[in-house]
Amino acid sequence: MMATNELVEIRWHGRGGQGAKTACLLLAEVAALEGKFVQGFPEYGPERMGAPITAYNRICEKRCTVHSNIYYPNYVVVVDESLLDSVNVTAGLKEGGAVIINTPSSPEEIRPKLSGWTGRVSTIDARRISEEILGKNFPNTPMLAAVVKVSGVLDVERFLADIEDSFRHKFASKPQVIEGNMATLKKSLEEVQEG
Amino acid sequence: MSICFSGNEAVAYAMKQINPDVMGAFPITPSTEIPEYFAQFVANGEVNTEFVTVESEHSSMSVCIAAEAAGARSVCATSSCGLALMYEMLYVAASDRLPITLACVNRALSGPININNDHSDSMGARDTGWIQIYAENNQEAYDNFIMSVPIGESVRLPVMACMDGFITSHAVENIELLETDSVHGFVGAYEPENYLLKKENPLAIGPYDISAYYMEHKVQQAEAMKSAKQRILEVGTAFEKLSGRSYGLFEEYRMEDAELAIVLIGSSAGTAKEAVENLREQGVKAGLVKIRVFRPFPSEELAKALANTKAVAVLDKSEGFSANGGPVFAETRSALYDLKERPYLINIVYGLGGRDFKTEDAEKVFARLARIAATGETGLVYTHMGQRTREAIV
Repeated sequence: MMATNELVEIRWHGRGGQGAKTACLLLAEVAALEGKFVQGFPEYGPERMGAPITAYNRICEKRCTVHSNIYYPNYVVVVDESLLDSVNVTAGLKEGGAVIINTPSSPEEIRPKLSGWTGRVSTIDARRISEEILGKNFPNTPMLAAVVKVSGVLDVERFLADIEDSFRHKFASKPQVIEGNMATLKKSLEEVQEG
Repeated sequence: MSICFSGNEAVAYAMKQINPDVMGAFPITPSTEIPEYFAQFVANGEVNTEFVTVESEHSSMSVCIAAEAAGARSVCATSSCGLALMYEMLYVAASDRLPITLACVNRALSGPININNDHSDSMGARDTGWIQIYAENNQEAYDNFIMSVPIGESVRLPVMACMDGFITSHAVENIELLETDSVHGFVGAYEPENYLLKKENPLAIGPYDISAYYMEHKVQQAEAMKSAKQRILEVGTAFEKLSGRSYGLFEEYRMEDAELAIVLIGSSAGTAKEAVENLREQGVKAGLVKIRVFRPFPSEELAKALANTKAVAVLDKSEGFSANGGPVFAETRSALYDLKERPYLINIVYGLGGRDFKTEDAEKVFARLARIAATGETGLVYTHMGQRTREAIV
């Protein structure tokens, strides 16, 4: 496990409309609640549903002044498995880091698609979890829980408490969605496979 | 209060705390999320602002001009082509000495279409008579916007508080917010000496100015811009007492004994600071000057800060098409002219249309400066960073 005072950099790969950016910003917010210095930012291009998008997090004990994109992440989150066919998601991924992929496959089944990456691979069937609990495919919330668990960047119990608070603010006008989102997070924490 | 905000949220929150009389707002792109956030404060009854939605950015600035002329504190926000569409009215605001505060989210101008960050928009408006203050991050965007109000109102000039599009405007980071009462106290009530509808002394604003007087008015305007420098420093000192955060005309980073220095504006300064730290660890005397106030330009102060360096690179995030380097370079070179011994000076245009600027890019600039300092050979003075070859483009 990485020492917590070191800078942790996370790169998100998703498709427009899947909520990768929202999850990225939510992770920053929750990490800030835990006293971390954070950045959460998307890389903008032509915005359209389904287009590949990238978003980034920096999480550290001191303010990070660097404002470039992240080229050598500690962790990579892949919100859409189909991106593995067109994007080299493990590009620059640091040794000792991990890639976390939304897929029904196991880490060993998915590894051949990772351009020779030999490090840690985690998988989570975020789509199934979301569809079972929320009735719709919102893969970003389960992916958020998976990256928190795999990276160890935040204490899991505190993460759950803080994000519930955050949901209560965000969804003040529709509190009925809080329970489902919390359930998807917990389910994801249980199910994420590390290989 | 410590919280996590994007640059847009931070500036909208500063506006909420200022609680201006009027906001002229073009509610869609190319304006920013700032009016969108602010509209929620209006809808929730959290501010008393007259929120005037209009059909164009030309009109949103016109609303601010009319409101200020009538004696009302007014704010506005825009970006890119939106600022370009305001161009005519920017001059009117400054020439009529109306201290509007405008949040400018710096983005590229169209042709080809691009929505990402560079400084082409506000640099194109650098001669409109507006004070221009630039932020490195969301905290500075928030602080600068609050400081802009008393700065502008005390010298009767409008202020453009700029931050980098997307890199700052859409990135969430930690931020320390002031208490709303403190912000109220800091900006004070707006009590202009004269205004359109003042019963005791009604006046006309913006009528035809004949040649016999026009130039006197322009000189007064130029004098106001000169006097703004001192006011910016005074407001910065007062703000430091309130917040603990100190602001000058520019920030000197590791400049005390620097031999090699980069001069630049905005979020890239933070990235370049990392390069300075890396080089300092290797024993290289690297430093950085981040220009905060571009109008009025801190000429004498900058010359003093750079006087003992050997080689300096000015990084411009807008082209300018002068065939003689970018606008920050032109100002810096002019500032250094009166020094008896000047450092070698080069200009690198970078980051246009959102081209990413990395720590390694800043390190390469310092490596070039080290070679220049060692050999005395400047090479090409004015270049563009990281260009593909002509063959690769074809």
